[in-house]
Amino acid sequence: MSATSQDNVIKLADLVGRPAAKPEPFVLSDAEKHEIEHELTHFPDGRAASIEALKIVQKHRGWVPDGALEPIARMIGIGAAELEGVATFYSLIYRQPVGRHVIKVCDSITCFLVGYDEIKATLERTLGIGYGQTTADGRFTLLPICCIGACDKGPALMIDDDLHTDLTPQNVVGLLEAYP
Amino acid sequence: MATIHVDGKQYEVNGAENLLEACLNLGLDIPYFCWHPALGSVGACRQCAVKAFRDENDKQGRIVMSCMTPASNGTFISIDDEEAKQFREAIVEFLMTNHPHDCPVCEEGGHCHLQDMTVMTGHHSRSYRFDKRTHLNQDLGPFIGHEMNRCISCYRCVRYYKDYAGGTDLGVYGAAANVYFGRPEDGTLESEFSGNLTEVCPTGVFTDKTHSERYNRKWDMQYAPSICESCAVGCNLSPGERYGEIRRVENRYHGELNGYFLCDRGRFGYGYTNRKDRPRQPLVAGEVVTRETAIAAATAALKGKKVLGIGSPRASLEANYALRGLVGAEAFHDGHALGDAALVQLALAIVRDGPVRASTISEIEGADAVLVLGEDPTATAPRFALAIRQAARGKGKALAAEKKLAEWQTIALADLLQRDSYPVFIASVDTTRLDDIARATHRAAPEDLARLGYAIAHAIDASAPAVSGLDAATAELAQTIATALASAKRPLVVSGTGAGSPAVLQAAANVAWALKAKNDATGLALSLPEANSFGTALLGGASLEAALTQIESGAVDTLVVLENDLYRRAPQARVEAALARLKHLIVIDHQATPTAARAQVVLPAATVFEGDGTLVNYEGRAQRFFQVFDPTYYDNKIGLTESWRWLADLEARSAWKILDDVTAACAQALPALAGIVAAAPGAAFRIDGLKVAREPHRYSGRTAMRANQSVHEPRQPQDPDTALSFSMEGYNGTGSLDRPPELTPYAWSPGWNSPSAWNKFQQEIGGSLRGGDPGKQLFAAGAGKPYFGEVPAAFAPRGDAYRVLALHLHFGGDELSSRAEPIVKRASPAFVAISRADAVKSGVNGHATLAIDGAQLRLPTYISDTLPAGTIGLPAGFAGVPFFVHGALATVSGG
Amino acid sequence: MSAAIEKDLLVRPLTARITAGLPVDLASYEATGGYRALRRALKELSPADVQSRVKDSNLRGRGGAGFPTGVKWGLVPMGPDAGAKYLVCNADEMEPNTFKDRLLMEDAPHQLIEGMLVAGYAIQATAGYIFLRGEYVKAAARLNAALAEARAAGLLGPTDGKGILGSGWDFTLVVHTGAGRYICGEETALINSLEGRRANPRAKPPFPQIAGAWGRPTVVNNVESLCNIAPIVEYGAEWFRGLSQGKSKDGGTKLYGASGRVKRGGIYELPIGTTAREILEEHAGGMREGYTLKCWLPGGASTDFLMPEHLDLAMDFDTIAKAGSRMGTGLILALDQTHNMVAAVRNLEEFFARESCGWCTPCRDGLPWSVKMLKALEEGRGSAEDIVQLEKLTKLLGPGKTFCAHAPGAMEPLQSALKFFRSEFEAGVAKTPAAAAGADALAATGASSAKVA
Ligand SMILES: Cc1cc2nc3c(=O)[nH]c(=O)nc-3n(C[C@H](O)[C@H](O)[C@H](O)COP(=O)(O)O)c2cc1C
Ligand code: SF4
Ligand code: FES
Repeated sequence: MSATSQDNVIKLADLVGRPAAKPEPFVLSDAEKHEIEHELTHFPDGRAASIEALKIVQKHRGWVPDGALEPIARMIGIGAAELEGVATFYSLIYRQPVGRHVIKVCDSITCFLVGYDEIKATLERTLGIGYGQTTADGRFTLLPICCIGACDKGPALMIDDDLHTDLTPQNVVGLLEAYP
Repeated sequence: MATIHVDGKQYEVNGAENLLEACLNLGLDIPYFCWHPALGSVGACRQCAVKAFRDENDKQGRIVMSCMTPASNGTFISIDDEEAKQFREAIVEFLMTNHPHDCPVCEEGGHCHLQDMTVMTGHHSRSYRFDKRTHLNQDLGPFIGHEMNRCISCYRCVRYYKDYAGGTDLGVYGAAANVYFGRPEDGTLESEFSGNLTEVCPTGVFTDKTHSERYNRKWDMQYAPSICESCAVGCNLSPGERYGEIRRVENRYHGELNGYFLCDRGRFGYGYTNRKDRPRQPLVAGEVVTRETAIAAATAALKGKKVLGIGSPRASLEANYALRGLVGAEAFHDGHALGDAALVQLALAIVRDGPVRASTISEIEGADAVLVLGEDPTATAPRFALAIRQAARGKGKALAAEKKLAEWQTIALADLLQRDSYPVFIASVDTTRLDDIARATHRAAPEDLARLGYAIAHAIDASAPAVSGLDAATAELAQTIATALASAKRPLVVSGTGAGSPAVLQAAANVAWALKAKNDATGLALSLPEANSFGTALLGGASLEAALTQIESGAVDTLVVLENDLYRRAPQARVEAALARLKHLIVIDHQATPTAARAQVVLPAATVFEGDGTLVNYEGRAQRFFQVFDPTYYDNKIGLTESWRWLADLEARSAWKILDDVTAACAQALPALAGIVAAAPGAAFRIDGLKVAREPHRYSGRTAMRANQSVHEPRQPQDPDTALSFSMEGYNGTGSLDRPPELTPYAWSPGWNSPSAWNKFQQEIGGSLRGGDPGKQLFAAGAGKPYFGEVPAAFAPRGDAYRVLALHLHFGGDELSSRAEPIVKRASPAFVAISRADAVKSGVNGHATLAIDGAQLRLPTYISDTLPAGTIGLPAGFAGVPFFVHGALATVSGG
Repeated sequence: MSAAIEKDLLVRPLTARITAGLPVDLASYEATGGYRALRRALKELSPADVQSRVKDSNLRGRGGAGFPTGVKWGLVPMGPDAGAKYLVCNADEMEPNTFKDRLLMEDAPHQLIEGMLVAGYAIQATAGYIFLRGEYVKAAARLNAALAEARAAGLLGPTDGKGILGSGWDFTLVVHTGAGRYICGEETALINSLEGRRANPRAKPPFPQIAGAWGRPTVVNNVESLCNIAPIVEYGAEWFRGLSQGKSKDGGTKLYGASGRVKRGGIYELPIGTTAREILEEHAGGMREGYTLKCWLPGGASTDFLMPEHLDLAMDFDTIAKAGSRMGTGLILALDQTHNMVAAVRNLEEFFARESCGWCTPCRDGLPWSVKMLKALEEGRGSAEDIVQLEKLTKLLGPGKTFCAHAPGAMEPLQSALKFFRSEFEAGVAKTPAAAAGADALAATGASSAKVA
């Protein structure tokens, strides 16, 4: 049975034994909805837009909050558990808040062989955080990433969507200034 | 057929299976995890590796996964190959790098597939010397425990829950060595079939929480072959007892009925047996008395009096027959609720005398077009619903066949299928829990559902009666459904008594019969109110209406009520008035019901777990259930016994010494029930001169378990009624002989302690049990019958009152299971459903006050967007919802 | 200008436009012969003709496995009733030390689009998808801009039934960007990911050409493979075979590359079969001052190490396979004398362990185990048993044992490192059991990294 009214005492959830709904209902913004709807037109099945839909929400909010799963899942026609399965599979979908900027340091073999350790250590020392952590001011999150296809110019990293190559412990600190 | 060569020996196999299945069928053991007969092959765990050779001259070979390799003609493999053996051992070692070594405190221990496979592969000491990964667990509600550290990532749980059972709230998260199986967040699992996770999971991640509270090892419980009483499907159960309590119910494989899976009501609803408030000693005028006193009091109330008996569709045939014997055939009433007896008789006439006999569950799974008319099968015959899901998915097999893929290539099947399915049409009074697979749904009052059905039948066969005045949309829908059913290879009609409407049953019969004329493979499945509805109907008692009328007239002195609560069967006021006119009320029951509370004599009865008897399911299959334990062994004050024994004693009939005597008498007296004797071997049956042991051969602690009462161990209870012994003494399956499937109490086979052992009992994997699937079909195929012709008039909402419709819910409506604690937790509170427009019109806001059959009640409202206008829905059988007759009218006002 | 480029295109069909530094827009592409192959295919050639040209060209897939492209296409059901079919470009490029497809997509997007159009025509695909890794932001922008231009010019569908260039055959093409995970590059995992699912690989059979994306026939080809299609159709199979200049029996050029401490790391388009020595010493300029070549990976993290004595081998699929490795993506990574092999392999296995999809047991649970042992050996607290166990793992995670080629790929550098540099592993065995135990205990408290550093 599908109930939609807010005021009725018995809800669908009661009938199937769902836990009580979260107090603050999550609403996708019109922009998010619009962009997801556009994605849906590209594929024979709405499910195919799942990754893109998660990325859209992430673009607007920095990460994918718990409450977003249900409405996105509904838009693309799958269950929330299944969408969460997708969201947690892919490493570039963040299911926890991240800083304003995400630094992704390539830790794959080529960068590793040409000085990755020092770059990583410099960043950790400068920012005072390790992998998976966010600076106290919410400015940076530090993550490892696999080979970003800049091996001939390693060590390399990405800050948000920007690629930075030929890094040295000296030049890497200066890069951060462009990301307030 | 195909010839395969395994370790130098030649075998004939059917050629359609994979090698794993083929070898298991041949009795050759290959360990496995991710494969499951009902879930197919996915090749994830890599446990089932064998060496495959190109031909007999190939000495090198290569490792293949037997579950992913067809057993085609000319296959050469080796299971014993050294490299294959080492690889399989290594797989367990890999799994054990993360699996905790916690068998002593793990509830799975002793019936754990992982333990069995570990022993089978010979892995015993590990070289891994590093940390294990750990996970947090979730609270998954009252049924299922969650211990994720034990997970071996075989993906069976999601494949079962999501793909097989259609659940949406269990998933797999993460990747690499950090995969997690659970809900998106803590909370009760929504599926009504969640309990199967406990058997599908090969380790102790998902365990039976109802068991955790009173836990013991599998080998320390006493079992008997049993039958579920929660609906008329008659799923086979393997309940386990210790210390006089039922502690767990597991699936007992049945090839044609439940297969590997039960519903949650059947699995977790056993707690009514353990309730403290049950009558366990005879009562006279509310006082505990001796057996003799009780019998004397009852006999006095019967002797020379005008006596009526009301039987019960939740009691065994033997109990009902004994009551019939006591009061006489004329005075025997079948105990169904007002209105239901006629519906059950109609359903009986349809499946017994009509041209389409009832489909088995496995036949339902094989249907390729389904019409559900007037039911929510998830509530009224849950195992139908799970089967209908498989029918819908079955199209994947057809698509695979086109691409020459094997049926067991589960993932390929799903990839081909995408969101396609065989058509399922659902016409019901409100939404159902199968709507997610429906090609089309239709919501209407019962008359209109019947009209739709009649119209479908007419569209299939013009000689079936036509419906006049159908609106265009419904007519078009009827045509669509008719076309889909008529063009199907194995069409199926599912209906039943749930809508409370004879017209719905008749319409469903017409559709099935119209199809049958064109297609012999047509199926029909009708759900019934209770576990033994057909059994009592075959006994042919008069209706409750007739009984009440007689009692109301004052002509009756004494009423004997067998395992029945009249307050669930007729309006309260009417029951009270009738009971008030009696001189004596004798109640034989195992529950403290309101009816029992009014009785002068209460004779405590055995539940299905404490006695033996026969039930007849929706197909007309007579099945015997067997006593699991003797409660008096632990407490000699307990005075309960099988209802038929009380009745035999009341009659002082010496001829009935054991169950077989009653069964035989019943079979002899009623030709329609002649087959029930053959439903299971009788008490004289022996294997190798032995009775069949109820307890596994490793049962422990017997000498100590009554030590709190006396350090002398008494003699084990004797069981005169059956071929089973209350003991580990007897034949327990450790020898080479099969126990008859009807007498197999639990799944165990050498080396196979988990429910996977069932595969060792089958003729072929996933098929019938060796010796045939339990039970005896009482109905032969019927002859052609003329179409039903009374097309009802359309439902017309009335201005002044609402038609009350019965809404069926999986949890909370069934009498016995809703007395079990975990089911109570899982059920929703009582409510009244009303359409949005009517809610506005009648001014209800959150709550509504109803006047129905002279009773007033106030209930929270559920605003339905689908319930037909002019109707309200009440959850049938719920605590707080009084009985109402089909078609009752109610007035509704706000607050 | 254009004539010079066109001449260069006959030698270096993939990068002639790029090295000339041409703008990446449609006008410049068409001015240098772009979309001629498409026009020719649609007007003059049947799908079967295109397929046979590609088959005759001996083009072998550039995604790493070297499967003949024409043969792959030949498995696709053809005919008027074949229904929806898909062409998917594998632009996931996540194999460590691989950076060739990025170049093609960023600097020659129209060549990929034209290649997909022609390939799509050959298999009569109804739609195409470019499965691009999410981090390639610039490539996504360039490709989307190029797609918009192509659509506006009527070179791409939807065309409302008229078909592309009036041919009656319609084809849409969109970029689908991923969200991480190396395994998405495995073609069946890619299909799952494209469908919006978890990127677990699928079992074969059924092969994607029979039942792939959305259950329909699907061809997955690498970016570089597809970029070769238009030139093959335009200049012919014979021309393409001749491009290898007799250095290999395979046809065409190959994007080779070099990285590590070489003088001029980068990508070079050379005849397929060019020797590793020529690539490293001539094109990459040899090792930097003070560094000598210790060993090399021929084409990505999932290939076996080769030694300096293997440098004269022709870099083609068969020759490198005979030497016990795989050409893979053909981008050479040079290791020098400063590199410790246990550390290098530990880094590689960490990558593979982290990027496992988690579906099958040996890969999911075996790779993390290998990392722990390698780490122990790297930190001098290993045991002799670890080396035995690592050797066992190379068999247990080998080809056929796991569900897909991810884990076998992971075992290649490990097994070759154990073969060539065993003493470096043995050096990591703790001198006393107590040292090993002590180090383990420290590791558990997190204190060991300080000590080792
Ligand atoms: C783990 C794994 C990762 C792969 N990653 C890629 C990739 O990033 N790009 C690619 O083109 N092929 C990749 N492949 C190979 C593809 O599976 C497939 O062979 C290829 O895309 C086919 O294209 P081709 O025939 O044009 O080479 C990968 C294979 C495996 C097993
Ligand atoms: S080998 Fe690894 S990546 Fe491939 S299916 Fe198995 S777990 Fe997944
Ligand atoms: S049972 Fe064959 S791989 Fe799991």
